[in-house]
Amino acid sequence: MTRILLATVALLAAACSSTSKPTVRVLAASSLTDVYAQLASEFEEAHPGVDVELQFAGSSQLASLVVEGAPGDVFASADLVTMARVVDRGEARVDPEVFATNSLTLVVPTDNPAGVTGLDDLADRDLLVAQCAVEVPCGSAASALFASRDLVVEADSLEPNVRAVLTKVELGEVDVGVVYSTDALAAADRVAEVPLDPQRVANEYAIVTLDGAPAEADEFVAFVLSAAGRAALADHGFGLP
Amino acid sequence: MTRRPPLVLVAPAAAAVAFLVLPGVALVQRAPWSSLHDLLTESAVADAMRLSLVVSLAATAVAVALGLPLAWLLARVDFPGRALLRALVLLPMVLPPVVGGTALLFALGRRGLVGQWLDRWFGLTLPFSTTGAIVAATFVAMPFFVLTVEAAIRQSDPGLEDAAATLGATPLTTFRRVTVPLVAPSIAAGAALTWARALGEFGATVAFAGNVPGRTQTLPLATFLALESRPEEAIALSLVLLAVSLAVLVSLRRHWILR
Repeated sequence: MTRILLATVALLAAACSSTSKPTVRVLAASSLTDVYAQLASEFEEAHPGVDVELQFAGSSQLASLVVEGAPGDVFASADLVTMARVVDRGEARVDPEVFATNSLTLVVPTDNPAGVTGLDDLADRDLLVAQCAVEVPCGSAASALFASRDLVVEADSLEPNVRAVLTKVELGEVDVGVVYSTDALAAADRVAEVPLDPQRVANEYAIVTLDGAPAEADEFVAFVLSAAGRAALADHGFGLP
Repeated sequence: MTRRPPLVLVAPAAAAVAFLVLPGVALVQRAPWSSLHDLLTESAVADAMRLSLVVSLAATAVAVALGLPLAWLLARVDFPGRALLRALVLLPMVLPPVVGGTALLFALGRRGLVGQWLDRWFGLTLPFSTTGAIVAATFVAMPFFVLTVEAAIRQSDPGLEDAAATLGATPLTTFRRVTVPLVAPSIAAGAALTWARALGEFGATVAFAGNVPGRTQTLPLATFLALESRPEEAIALSLVLLAVSLAVLVSLRRHWILR
């Protein structure tokens, strides 16, 4: 019994012991997963000895973590409202900066079984439609998009995040899904895109250094805002401010 | 004669209790008591509560109807590959529920292995339906029932079943009149565990059945989404789950399990 206890304590100690390397803990919106992984490794290459630790989740979930005091150095949110939640609570060290935009698009299974050609088709009640739940940013953006075209769309499922919408489309469970352009690009080999015309910016991404972060965190933010960062973002289908 | 329990056991036990109970206490402490009634009587919330009850009870019923014969088979019939079969049917307990739900899509989705035939022959589409939510909950919860009841049947005295057989009872009669009454407390305990697991089920449901208010949006799904924008409502919903499961587990324990 005592031995088990000691082993547990030793294990916990080993897990908690940190290396001497300065670490930048980045909390970023799920939709930034691919591009931030690339940016982080480029940044680490340019700054030997600095470790970038990435954590991805829905922006609101991350904002709750920050506000409840979870450790983090940089926060990148998929919308300005969520960013404001963090800034208003005094968690940010500087003013947030908008570094990318995203727009909504339609994705269909590769064989497009329902023959979807554009946004207006979504008003068809027989069409199986998946979108994000209105509680998360991609869902409220979708609803705003429908409203802007005076469309009444009754979604068959309100998914908790945009990746879940993609999965439902990829597996053919729905005829069409509303996702971000970046997600459609990332999944181009598994789903087909029906681009919207005209495109409409759905959301703006903002980044900020959090209170108490090391100086390297500011360098990471500067790197995201630099020409190299913008090029990577554009490669992944993001719009630039 | 009772002796003082040794501190080396009591101290970690107390730590375990504190660790397991503290989050619940913190939740209660954060509860918006003044607006609780308004939050819970909102029609969307009431819908989620009603749906959660229907789904979890239906899942428990299916788990008992199919799981009891399976538990008996695993405990009493010797056949090659029994150990492997046991491991396979308990798989959903260790599978991350979201993976389980996606696997259900591969199997029973509109284009799934079996699902495409259900769709073609019977026009039956499980995703985005309440039946789909029940399927997802049953998938993750049934192993708890099978595991509990199988262990009980194994530990029950096979001599009683043999006696029934020598007195002329058919195997089915023996199962109904001897085996089942013998392990009845464990059946109740297994059903309670299964129900609790089904009630809290989130990952498989959202992956397989999606999130459709009134049809597949159970309490955990509603809670998760409320957390995104209305944390007060999420806490209120969690309190309901907390209170209901606590009440049922406590009352079951008193009436059936510890007879």
